[in-house]
Amino acid sequence: MSITYLEAIREAQAKLLRDDERVFIYGQDVGGTFGGAFKATKGLAKEFPGRVLNTPISEDAIVGTAIGAALQGMRPIVEMQFADFSSLALNQILNNAGTHYWRTNVPVPITVRLPSGGTKGSGPFHSQSMESIYAHYPGLIVMTPATVEDAYTMLIEAVAIDDPVIYCEHKYLYYHLKADKLPEKGLPTGRARIAREGRDLTVVSYSAMMQESLAAAEELAREGFEIEVVDLRTVKPLDTDIVFASVARTGRLLCVGEAFPWGGVTAEVIARVTSAGFHLLDAAPQRLNAKDTPIPYHPNLWSAHRPNAKNIAAKARALLRE
Amino acid sequence: MLQTAQRTLKSKRKKLAAPHERFLEAFHWMLLARTLEEKLVSLYRGGMITGGVYIGKGQEAVSVACGLFLQKGDIFAPLIRDQAGRSAFGEPLLDVTRTYLGSRLGPMRGRDGNIHRGHPRKNELAMISHLGAMISVTVGALMAKRFRGEKDFIGLSCIGEGGMQSGSFHEGMNIAAVEQVPLVVVATNNHYAYSTPNDREFACHDLVDRAIGYGFEGYSLDGTDLGACLDVIGGAVKRARAGRPPQLIVASVLRLSGHGEHDDASYVPEEIKRKPFARDCLKVAEQTIIDLNLADADTLAQWRKDAAAQVDEAIATAQKEPAPEGDREEWCAISTRELADSFE
Ligand SMILES: Cc1ncc(C[n+]2csc(CCOP(=O)(O)OP(=O)(O)O)c2C)c(N)n1
Repeated sequence: MSITYLEAIREAQAKLLRDDERVFIYGQDVGGTFGGAFKATKGLAKEFPGRVLNTPISEDAIVGTAIGAALQGMRPIVEMQFADFSSLALNQILNNAGTHYWRTNVPVPITVRLPSGGTKGSGPFHSQSMESIYAHYPGLIVMTPATVEDAYTMLIEAVAIDDPVIYCEHKYLYYHLKADKLPEKGLPTGRARIAREGRDLTVVSYSAMMQESLAAAEELAREGFEIEVVDLRTVKPLDTDIVFASVARTGRLLCVGEAFPWGGVTAEVIARVTSAGFHLLDAAPQRLNAKDTPIPYHPNLWSAHRPNAKNIAAKARALLRE
Repeated sequence: MLQTAQRTLKSKRKKLAAPHERFLEAFHWMLLARTLEEKLVSLYRGGMITGGVYIGKGQEAVSVACGLFLQKGDIFAPLIRDQAGRSAFGEPLLDVTRTYLGSRLGPMRGRDGNIHRGHPRKNELAMISHLGAMISVTVGALMAKRFRGEKDFIGLSCIGEGGMQSGSFHEGMNIAAVEQVPLVVVATNNHYAYSTPNDREFACHDLVDRAIGYGFEGYSLDGTDLGACLDVIGGAVKRARAGRPPQLIVASVLRLSGHGEHDDASYVPEEIKRKPFARDCLKVAEQTIIDLNLADADTLAQWRKDAAAQVDEAIATAQKEPAPEGDREEWCAISTRELADSFE
C-alpha cells in the first residue's frame, strides 16, 4: 500500500473528526460530495454529517467564525482554497487570532490549512508561499511539513495545540510524495530533523524545497560532496539548536526557501547563525529563494523562478569552493 | 438596585414602551456610564491616562439596551461606544478603570488599553480595533454553542455606521445569515466615522435596507429614545431567541463628543446639532422619568451621587494598583510556552 502527502492530510482530518467531537472543517467547497479543490476532505462530509461545512467566499469571515468557535471550545480546521487567498484573512489571523492570547490570556486553538507553493501553470495567484508573513507576526505557530509522515502527524498535532497554527501544506508534494504507511507518532512540534547526514555543507530548508534540497544533495554526492540537509518542519518556532549543531559540523550554510527573497525564513536562519554562531562558519552563509517577481504562469518561467535541485546544487557547489 | 424608584404614575401623558423597572434600570446604567466617562475624560485632560479615551456620549440608550437583555450564556461583542452596554452585561467598573489606568491587575494587564478589553471566558468578546471583524467572531461563538447542543442562547454584536462599510462587516453579516445563527447586530449611525459624515460613507437610501440583502430582518430605531431602544432591541433579542433570522437594528443618534478625547469635533456643523437625532438620550430619559414621575429631582440627584461614588472608588482602587513592568513581563504570545520562538 502507498499513501500520498494529500491522502495523509485527508486521513489526519478523518482521524481528528473521529477522535475529537470539537473538530469541524470549514472552508470553500470542502463539503458535500466534492471534498475540496484538491480533495483533501473527500468523503468527510458524508462520514461526519454537519461537521464539514462549505462556506461563502469570505476568507475574513471564515477565519473570524473559526476564532469565535475556538473561543467557545471548538477545534476548527479552516481550509483556505489556496494559500494565496489567505491574504484576505490576514486581519483575522494576525490581528485577532495572533493577538488574542497575549491580550486576554485566552488562547485561540484554530488550525488554518494553506495549500501553498508553486505548481506548473498556476501563476501569480495560486502559487504563493506565505509562511514568512505568518511567522513574522507574534502569536502563531507555522508548520511546513515536507514529508508524508509529517503531513499526517503534524496536522494532528496542530489541532491539539491550544494556539493558532498555520499549517502550510505544499501542493507540489500532494501527489509527488508517497509513503508506505502513516506513523503513529512524529517528532515533537518545533523540532527540526536531519533529513540527510553530511559533513561538507548544511542546507537548511523546509516544505517542497526540502525535497529539492535532498535531490541536490544526491547530485552532489555523485561528485563526492556530503551535504547535510536540515528539514525545519516548523518555521515558527525555529529549531535553531539543530541548525547550529549542523553548521558546527559542516562550517557551511545554505538556506533554501520557495518564498520571495526579501526577508523571510532563510534570512532569519542566516541572521541567527551569523549573530550567534559566526565562529562556526568557514564561509559566508548563502540563501536561495524564489525571484523577487510575482510567480510566473509558464512552466519555462516558473521553473526558473523558484529554487530547484539544479540551482540549489549549483549554489552549493559555489559555496563549497569558498 | 433602584431602591428609590416610584412605581405609581401620576401622569400618563406619555406611554412608555418598556416596563418602568427596566427603564429605570437602564437609566441607572446609562447614568453610571456617563458619570464614568466624564471622569475618564477629566483624567485624560489631566494627563493621567496614556493613549486615547473614547466615550459613548449620546449613545448610552442604544448601548444599554444591547447589554440589558442578554442572559447567562449569551455572547456580547461590544465596540467603541458601549460602556453602558458593557456595564449592563455585567462588566465590573474595575475592568474599565484598570484598563484605562494601566493596572497590572486588570483584564488586559497593560497589554491592551481603553475600549480594547473583554472577558472572552465570560462571553464578553474583546474587540480588536479593525472594525467589522467581530461580527464573524460572534457568529463562530454561536455556532460552537449550537454544535454542543446548547439551547436558548443568542449573540449581540455592535457596530457603527462607519464599520458597516468594511468588507469584514459584509462578510460577517452574510455568513451569519448563511449559518442562521441567533444573532442581533446593532448598528449605531452617529452620523460620523471619525470626521467623515454620512454622505462620504455610503450612498444607499437607508442602511437598514441592507438587512434584506444580507438575509436579516431589519429595524430602524431612534437611538435618543430609551423607551424605543428597549422596545426595539429587546424585541430583536426576543425574535433571535425564538429562532427568527438574524436581526439588524440601525439606530440614529449624533456622537456628542469627539471621535476620541483628542478630537474637538470642530468639523461637526452647528445645524446638525439641532436635528432630532442630536438629542442627548440621557437628558431625554431623565425628562421622561420626571414627566412620568418615576423619580423626583432629589432621587435623581441621589442616583448621580451614587454613580459618582462608585466611579470614584473604582478609579481610586485602580490608581493604587501596580503597573506592569517591562523587565518583569512574560514576553510570550502563545499559551504553549514550550513552543515559543525564544531566540534572542
Ligand atoms: C478597519 C478599520 N479602519 C480604520 C479604523 C480607524 N478608525 C477607528 S474608529 C473609526 C471611525 C469609526 O466610525 P463608526 O464605525 O461609525 O463608529 P463611531 O466611532 O462613529 O462610533 C476609524 C476610521 C479602524 N478602527 N478599523
